[in-house]
Amino acid sequence: MVDVVKPEEMIKIDPTPPSTNWMDVPPDFSPGKFPYPSQAKSLEAVGFPNAREWSPADEDWKLPENWQQIIHEGFKERLDKYRSLKVFMDSCVRCGACADKCHFFIGTGDPKNMPVLRAELLRSIYRNDFTTIGKMLGKFAGARKLTPAVIKEWFSYFYQCTECRRCSVFCPYGIDTAEITMMARELLHLLGLSIHWIMDPVSNCNRTGNHLGIQPQNFKEIIEFFCEDIEEITGVTLNPSFNRKGAEVLFITPSGDAFADPGTYSFMGYLMLFEHIGLDYTLSTYASEGGNFGLFTSSEMMKRLNAKMYREAERLGVKWILGGECGHMWRVINQYMGTMNGPANFLEAPVSPITGTKFENARDTKMVHIAEFTADLIKNNKLNLDPSRNDHLKVTYHDSCNPARGMGMLDEPRFVLENVCNNFHDMPESTIRENTFCCGSGSGLNTEEIMDLRLRGGLPRANAVKYVHEKHGVNMLSCVCAIDRAVLPPLMDYWVPGVDVCGLHELVGNALVMEGEIEREMDLRMEDLPGKEGDSDE
Amino acid sequence: MNLNLLFSLAAILVLGCVGYFVPNAGLQMFFGVILPYIAVLTFLCGVIWRVMKWAKSPVPFRIPTTCGQQQSLPWIKQNKIDNPSTTTGVIIRMFFEIFLFRSLFRNTKAEIKDGDKISYEWEIFLWVGALAFHYSFLTVLVRHLRFFFEDTLLKEKLFFVGIIETLDGFFQIGLPIVLISGFVLLAAVLFLLSRRVLNPQVKYISLAADYFPLLLIAGIAATGLWMRYIERVDVTAIKQITLGIVSFNWTSIDVMKSVSGTFYLHLFFICTLLIYFPFSKLMHAAGVFLSPTRNLANNSRMVRHINPWNPEVKVHSYESYENDFREKMIEAGLPVDKES
Ligand code: SF4
Ligand code: SF4
Repeated sequence: MVDVVKPEEMIKIDPTPPSTNWMDVPPDFSPGKFPYPSQAKSLEAVGFPNAREWSPADEDWKLPENWQQIIHEGFKERLDKYRSLKVFMDSCVRCGACADKCHFFIGTGDPKNMPVLRAELLRSIYRNDFTTIGKMLGKFAGARKLTPAVIKEWFSYFYQCTECRRCSVFCPYGIDTAEITMMARELLHLLGLSIHWIMDPVSNCNRTGNHLGIQPQNFKEIIEFFCEDIEEITGVTLNPSFNRKGAEVLFITPSGDAFADPGTYSFMGYLMLFEHIGLDYTLSTYASEGGNFGLFTSSEMMKRLNAKMYREAERLGVKWILGGECGHMWRVINQYMGTMNGPANFLEAPVSPITGTKFENARDTKMVHIAEFTADLIKNNKLNLDPSRNDHLKVTYHDSCNPARGMGMLDEPRFVLENVCNNFHDMPESTIRENTFCCGSGSGLNTEEIMDLRLRGGLPRANAVKYVHEKHGVNMLSCVCAIDRAVLPPLMDYWVPGVDVCGLHELVGNALVMEGEIEREMDLRMEDLPGKEGDSDE
Repeated sequence: MNLNLLFSLAAILVLGCVGYFVPNAGLQMFFGVILPYIAVLTFLCGVIWRVMKWAKSPVPFRIPTTCGQQQSLPWIKQNKIDNPSTTTGVIIRMFFEIFLFRSLFRNTKAEIKDGDKISYEWEIFLWVGALAFHYSFLTVLVRHLRFFFEDTLLKEKLFFVGIIETLDGFFQIGLPIVLISGFVLLAAVLFLLSRRVLNPQVKYISLAADYFPLLLIAGIAATGLWMRYIERVDVTAIKQITLGIVSFNWTSIDVMKSVSGTFYLHLFFICTLLIYFPFSKLMHAAGVFLSPTRNLANNSRMVRHINPWNPEVKVHSYESYENDFREKMIEAGLPVDKES
């Protein structure tokens, strides 16, 4: 890994564009400036074309012989398939309203990280290949020829976009650069150009059922291990089931939470909650991944991975599916799943067996978000909560991009937070809800080698946390996304030391007074609860 | 050197010379009658063609950008406009977007202050400028209907033209009465142009195709103002020409020769704009209606959206998964479908 400069240095950002026309500025492929390419075997495992070993740092990217034709035809195919792409290619007026809305532009000052210019990288080729004016006037009409340098530029900048959609909120025509990035990444994948941090999870997920490649027996072990911890903390014994036919609900959450702290504590929170309310649920090892890195490669790959959810639900004969905390997972479920893999007529419209609430908003896709589910439980007084157990925490909440701008789940998690902890402070308005800032590492960019870029991209988020940290003493950043839980801790350590990161259901688990539990002396992290430590000695 | 700006300026100058001098060389008929027909036809056909081209591509996924609380549990207040789940909501959202530039209204300016604090200040000027530009343009257009209809018709049926004109001349300064819309239009264009020249980021992204229409519209506004307030052109003669065009009953060549060159310049710029429109970014005017991030309801979990090309894909089945891991599963006590 490359050394990262100090925060005081990094924040000196100069957004002045260079005097050279952007078409003549080459991308930077020095170490630390690009994510590592994927290995040929990950691409081959899922049947992606033109798999080979290559590196962005090389001069020669070993593009397939007919690469220009592949791009041209791939582009045309997508223009014919997606009205969004066509309209977005034609409608931008370059007003610049989106420019400083992107966290990567704010954090790097690089003009090609202005969403409008990012889109122009693709648009310039569109004009050249598909419009008369572009063909006639060339550069003056903003058109340029497709060269290997363009492909390199695409690779660089479409992997500096986290598909967060913040730019789309501010664009007067709703132009969504995330959509353009998706298309560009699809095109790059046609040339066998992809990054390891996306392709490895994709091929793992395809075979083992989850991004991390956890095999069934290990998945079960991990969960059993959580149960042991829970028993130690609460005295309550849990017996979750796996791949059990006839359960009422199938629960699916990102595998990251089975694997790494602090996501694990949220997983424990889920298990405790389900035990407490007596939910008839099962976990699946085959569909053991809520996330879907396929979304970051192509819509077909996304569909392939997502299909497992319904298939498993059908095989197990459950009534509906409950989904855990994850960002892009919910973009997929909310905006793509029913279309791609529905109709799920073998399932029933979700009804909470505890409160009887019918989840109208999920009646077709038949999948409910855990925050919706828990909010309903709390509203109906089905949970016995002691928020004072979270009193040592001053909590703020990070709206993950996808649940915010691809779904609009804003108040459910806040309602839960207000009930499970006593100190909650929102960050400033322009940095939350639909205006939320990305963690800087979404859409498969959460890889170590580009830490510098991630810290820069995460700057606007971190800066808003710093504001509430200084103003209200906030020391816990909660979120509903597994990627966030993996990437926000290093972001906080760098920009706002002293702020920790947790999932929503970790706080629920802490506050939950379970039936038959012993007096809690530890939180889910097995750290002493303030005021409770050593009580027994007195 | 701002080559893109220079290129556009040069293009406008050349066009301006053509529009001012060439008609006088006995080509009044072409510039005063034939070209306007060509321009209007190109505009109409071009716009329809472009919209059809967009419409031909399907919308495979329902991808609204949600800018507020979703429809969820009944006691959670939904933001029915910024995150609509019904057609009514979508219509209201689109209304705000199209008529009030709702998204542009949100504009903020990000800045790092005191060395380490990022502030996001509300930046309203672009919205004001854009709104002033579009609405003054619209007002000017409506006022120009006066040139295309008989006076009696204007009095009896199209009285809104008169009303608009009265409102427009509200301040009643001087004679002829100053109609503010023309000045607002010119000022707004110059403001938008100045942004492109002065704001380093906007300058960096600007193409010739961004300067050109602004300069062209500035030219149209300037020539119009010039004719009305300075040159005081012969309005009756001009109306004869314009009425002749719409009624396909063209005026005599003598009348056409009698009007000033500025009129032909004005008309030529307008024709250029009409012809240019369908092939340029000016199509955003139609694009905004078709933007899938704005014109769809966020209800894909409630009502299934159909993708006409939904592909058949190869899914790694549970069976192959179990085949892969059966022994390990049995050993771990996980249920399996087939024992061996
Ligand atoms: S806000 Fe929209 S129209 Fe304006 S520059 Fe950005 S993408 Fe283009
Ligand atoms: S989607 Fe997000 S990361 Fe991508 S360009 Fe827009 S604001 Fe930037």
